[in-house]
Amino acid sequence: MTTSARSSYLDAEPREDNYLAAGYGIKSWLLTVDHKRIALLYLISLTAFFTVGGLFAVLVRLELLTPQGDLFQSEIYNRLFTMHGTFMVFFFLLPSVPAVFGNFLLPLMLGARDVAFPKLNLLSWYLYVAGGLLSFVAMLAGGVDTGWTFYAPYSSTYANSQVIVSALGIFVAGFSSILTGVNFIATIHKMRAPGLTWFRLPLFVWAHYATSLIMVLGTPVVAVTIVLVAIERLFHVGVFDPALGGDPVLFQHLFWFYSHPAVYIMILPAMGIMSELIAAFSRKRVFGYPVVAISSLAIAVLGFLVWGHHMFVSGQSVFAGFVFSLLSMLVAVPSAIKVFNWTATLYRGSLSFRTPMLYALGFIGLFTIGGLTGVFLASLAVDVHVHDTYFVVAHFHYVMVGGVVMAYMGGLHFWWPKFFGRMYPENVARTAAVLIFAGFNLTFFPQFLLGYLGMPRRYHAYPEEFQVLNVLSTAGASVLGLGFLLPLCYLAWSLKYGRKVGPNPWHAAGLEWTTTSPPPKHNFDAIPTVEHGAYAYAELDAEEVAHA
Amino acid sequence: MFQDFSLFPEAASTVAGRVDELYLFLVGMTAFAATGIFSTLLFFAVRYRRRQGRKATQIEGSIPLEVLWSAVPLALFVFAFGWGAKVYLEVHNRPKDCMQFYVTGKQWMWKIQHPTGQREINALHIPVGEPIELTMISEDVIHDFFVPAFRVKRDVVPGMYTSIWFEATKVGTYHLFCAEYCGTKHSQMIGEVIVMDPADYEQWLSGQPAGADPVESGRLLFENLLCATCHEPGPRQRGPSLAGRFGTKVGTQAGRQVPFDEDYVRSSILDPMLDLSVGFEPVMQTYKGQVTETNIQHLIAYLKSIGAQPVAGETSAEGEEL
Repeated sequence: MTTSARSSYLDAEPREDNYLAAGYGIKSWLLTVDHKRIALLYLISLTAFFTVGGLFAVLVRLELLTPQGDLFQSEIYNRLFTMHGTFMVFFFLLPSVPAVFGNFLLPLMLGARDVAFPKLNLLSWYLYVAGGLLSFVAMLAGGVDTGWTFYAPYSSTYANSQVIVSALGIFVAGFSSILTGVNFIATIHKMRAPGLTWFRLPLFVWAHYATSLIMVLGTPVVAVTIVLVAIERLFHVGVFDPALGGDPVLFQHLFWFYSHPAVYIMILPAMGIMSELIAAFSRKRVFGYPVVAISSLAIAVLGFLVWGHHMFVSGQSVFAGFVFSLLSMLVAVPSAIKVFNWTATLYRGSLSFRTPMLYALGFIGLFTIGGLTGVFLASLAVDVHVHDTYFVVAHFHYVMVGGVVMAYMGGLHFWWPKFFGRMYPENVARTAAVLIFAGFNLTFFPQFLLGYLGMPRRYHAYPEEFQVLNVLSTAGASVLGLGFLLPLCYLAWSLKYGRKVGPNPWHAAGLEWTTTSPPPKHNFDAIPTVEHGAYAYAELDAEEVAHA
Repeated sequence: MFQDFSLFPEAASTVAGRVDELYLFLVGMTAFAATGIFSTLLFFAVRYRRRQGRKATQIEGSIPLEVLWSAVPLALFVFAFGWGAKVYLEVHNRPKDCMQFYVTGKQWMWKIQHPTGQREINALHIPVGEPIELTMISEDVIHDFFVPAFRVKRDVVPGMYTSIWFEATKVGTYHLFCAEYCGTKHSQMIGEVIVMDPADYEQWLSGQPAGADPVESGRLLFENLLCATCHEPGPRQRGPSLAGRFGTKVGTQAGRQVPFDEDYVRSSILDPMLDLSVGFEPVMQTYKGQVTETNIQHLIAYLKSIGAQPVAGETSAEGEEL
């Protein structure tokens, strides 16, 4: 990509002015405005939420091992799945990829020294943590039992749990999301290195641009919705509760107007990671680059027009049902285009199956299933039957875990040496990737069958004929849990004992690989000049030959 | 644990087979696409694995391929939309002559009343081969009436009537689930739909304490609450006469035309000022707190019986007609 900053591929001692060495006190972390340190602050806090959310999931699956609700009381069970949902959605999945990888990598990929508004970036993290702490407080004060969807009038009038504190947590964390979106949009517009035109940008950047648009435009709507719930709950002003003159279906419109696009906030950056991984481990330009780039924007725009598919049985008119069903079918097309282009990228590549690539291939498999089962749900008559059953649970876990978490894990392994200058242990990492893939399928595939059989979601107890499939699912969850424990251990281990690596251990194209690992505080000694499009593997290979 | 284990649900209504056909088509489409993608991945993974001395061949892309793999999924997905919409209309559009049942959901039980007045809780006995329509409302939060064997589901919402219809095709006992999370005992808000031969159903009905049927109960309420004083022709009439009105349109004082349906009757009883009929003084008081949801259902049944076409089954809640 550049000629000046192409350092050697040899293993190297980290330079002394790298960002990790720029200060060691607690203040040097909590008051940092370095995008890379902020990314690590997010990485630590996200891991904490993912772990707690995962523990809730383990307890839910344990309860569902038997048909009787015998492990917990219903009050507890309902809190468990609610807090699993709120923690995972609002405090892991939504921020996950942008907050960690977007923060760390956008400036590096753009050839910039930081994001456009570094202090705002730190404020985003504090808002996120404040929101998260409020959710923890709500948990310790008795928890919340409304489901992560907070449907009114249950949440606004009837629920006897910590709705207000929990909702406030999500409200505050929403501002973190908005500020991150604003920051990324400004950064991508204004901070690109000389020569880095729009269609030379890595697809990771395109995906984050599309996501940032949704964050800025969508999040205020959920904030308004939450405030309305709180006003109704505290002051008995009728908004959603018909007993007070409100409209309960209005809540669903407002909630899904944000929360469906929110699905794309989660999946789009994950797709951005996918493009980087597939290219790097095929040593090829991504097939159909401009199409993949534009499809991200298409998803962001169409994603705002499909919220009604959550309400096919809610009393919405037949005509509205038709419109939302058709639009939902359309939004599936750009996702399909991406899958085909990634697959085509492998054609005549030089494929290596290191851990990040295993996650990338796993993503394609699981996201294909997750996407196509979305077509079932978009199709009106089938949705009537499977709506609010385990079919839906399986579908969104295939997209959220099979998609977002797979990409997150792939990205974590891919950029781990860039973050810390040390390599993770390859064999145990591959084993974990395979365990996660197998455990995931065993957990969630049976849930598609359960859903079509008619098992409703959020059921503490269930009829006996559903037990076999539930036992399979719980068995899968154990494997999945073990799979996630492994990286927690070996990644921590590698911080101290991992092999030291140079700037570019993967021989990958991309500006982030031209600077040292870990990068210096201000990323580049000299701002690079970009002469090629992203994924210039032909040029890179030629250069390596010249070096040899 | 393996008792009654199956991988596919029983189909026991006229629409169940239609939904299953579409479902199996989608399963086939998914299996076909997934097999195609996975085998391509596997083939490429083996064929193009990294080997000494071989470089990747850089390829920009291909417009014809992009068009192909945009157009084919688009066509399939639009086809899935069309098929889904067609079956949805069959699931949604009810026959003219449904038996009329009333359902009230509350935390955490289903209260059901038969056309002939019998009541039951968490159970619904119906005759096989008869189209059944349920008019449903909730007393508190949102619930959802779901019978997997019939492939039908509909939210039961407070403050608004929704309805659902089905025609059972097989005698048997089927699950009734609440499918919308409604609080602590959500998973206990379950019951059974018992489908019987018509003769058995008649016999079952005759064995139940037969209160007054909903129309008769509604007529009595109409008298006891003194509705007739203002709403029947006479010297003291102050509101519109209600005979022959149900199923027609009402001109409101705001200049709108609203359907005279279940929701209109309900809102006029609880909040009379909302959509006042043109030509009358705003003098009616609210009956909020004086009537239960069941009372309102009975009044609706009575007004239906003296409505524009006193045939059960031709009406539905606002916004549900196509």
